[in-house]
Amino acid sequence: MIEASALTKVYGEKRAVDDLTFTVRPGMVTGFLGPNGSGKSTTMRLVLGLDRPTRGDVTVNGKHYRAHIAPLHEVGALLEARSIHTGRSARNHLLALAQTHGISRKRVDELIDLVGLHDVARKRAGKFSLGMGQRLGIASALLGDPHTLLLDEPVNGLDPEGIHWIRNLLRSLAAEGRTVFVSSHLMSEMAVTADHLIVIGRGKLIADTSVDEFVRRASGLLVHVRTPQAAKLRELVVRDGVHVTTTEPNVLEIEGLTPEQVGELAAEHRIVLHGLSERQASLEEAFMHLTRDDVEFKALEREETAA
Amino acid sequence: MNAITEALPRLERTGRVTQLRVLRSEWTKLVSVRSTRWSLLVAVILTVGLPMLFAGVTSAHWGSMGPNERADRHPLDIALAGVNVSQLAIAVLGVLTITAEYSTGMIRSTMIAVPKRLPVLWGKMIVYSLVGFVLMLPSVLIAFVGSQAILDRHHLLQISFSHHGVARSVIGGAVYLVLVGIFAYTIGAITRNTAGGIATFAGIFFVIPPLMNILPSSWNNAITPYLPSEAGRQIFSLTRGAHSLSPAAGGALFAGYCAAALALAAVLLATRDT
Repeated sequence: MIEASALTKVYGEKRAVDDLTFTVRPGMVTGFLGPNGSGKSTTMRLVLGLDRPTRGDVTVNGKHYRAHIAPLHEVGALLEARSIHTGRSARNHLLALAQTHGISRKRVDELIDLVGLHDVARKRAGKFSLGMGQRLGIASALLGDPHTLLLDEPVNGLDPEGIHWIRNLLRSLAAEGRTVFVSSHLMSEMAVTADHLIVIGRGKLIADTSVDEFVRRASGLLVHVRTPQAAKLRELVVRDGVHVTTTEPNVLEIEGLTPEQVGELAAEHRIVLHGLSERQASLEEAFMHLTRDDVEFKALEREETAA
Repeated sequence: MNAITEALPRLERTGRVTQLRVLRSEWTKLVSVRSTRWSLLVAVILTVGLPMLFAGVTSAHWGSMGPNERADRHPLDIALAGVNVSQLAIAVLGVLTITAEYSTGMIRSTMIAVPKRLPVLWGKMIVYSLVGFVLMLPSVLIAFVGSQAILDRHHLLQISFSHHGVARSVIGGAVYLVLVGIFAYTIGAITRNTAGGIATFAGIFFVIPPLMNILPSSWNNAITPYLPSEAGRQIFSLTRGAHSLSPAAGGALFAGYCAAALALAAVLLATRDT
């Protein structure tokens, strides 16, 4: 169980995490979704006591992370940033972590086998591929048989087999009654792995809902229009609640209007249409739609246009 | 790959993080990195080897030296010549012991395992000090006995271990190196950066002392004895300069500098974001 209340972290001028309140419950996989730079990693660091919140509070299994007398038994963490001395072997890395809690060498070797690093366990971790590094990070997260798992972008750098393995692992850990909190910037990944979603953008909470509900609510219909007068049509349809994207010349993807509305509007203004159809937005588009206003560079773009 | 899709094997909870367990962990960390082993080997070789080399050269040239030059040679200077050089290896490794964790990101794993943090600061210091002392004490003793054996034929260069101050100076060489290691380590803990840590140490130990000679001599004499490097070297100096502190006072002051730096490192470690 992870409970954050009004969690806020300010670095200089930047609000990396802004007034986040959420609860991550045991027995399911909770996805932590947001574009790159939206504050996911910072939130994870606050949960783990690596950084101190500017305001607000966050506890794991009822206590501040730092207050746990045996934290590796409570929480297993995989951070996105590399957290391994490059000159040390995988086995010695895990052993050094295990020894802080009196965990045996036997357990270290078990974990090495579990994540499939047996053949390279005595090689220096600096020579590891990204995928091997992820597996080692996962081994260190699982070392203490923790109640709660916190994994920041665990599928990064893994091959399809590794991704499949992580998904199954996360699901079975949750089925055992553990709290599993896993971040990603990929909606499609979360849709197949997570039961519940916490979505953030620019450090703020956007949604805290089940995956099914999120998909139902977010994935609307798109109107696909092909016209030689794309610019003119675009001007006509753009208003509050309507979003238009252009993927290729003479094509508009309109969100927030029905095909009938678009067709009638075009007829009224004598705009020639070469195609008018409707299609279901993908999960990625739904996610982008939700976080669109919160992606930092988009905000910058808007400011520049305004200025 | 079916084997790894099994759920996680259960583990008997073995209780809490203790200082002793952190010590064991820090021991594993120290000895499992190749650069550590090399640095320590270099420190041993320099501490033992340089006195042997100087003793050999002195012995070979003894016949051609004038009385003044002969009088300038002191057997203890020869025996402890390695300390002045190996202190650099000890200091660099002291800095690296902690800054390497920051540069590689290992510090995050360490802080996640030991979120109270301070046991790590003490643990690294204790392990490194013990390893340093256990290696450096035999090194200085071997350097003393060995250089004396090489200088065997020269009556003027013989000095007994039981002669007043000799045992203190020789063992003091090892104590000094351990304190240098601790001092450098705390600087590493404060700067959290390898280059910054080594530069700061070098500044305090090798740059500031010669600059003192530019000052009026009354200032120089008033300040220099209290510099960490000057205070520290009294621990293994047999003879005492007119303005120098006593070995006990110098050693205590240097240890005090280490303690103050360590206290600052502790406060910063407990409060800074990682």
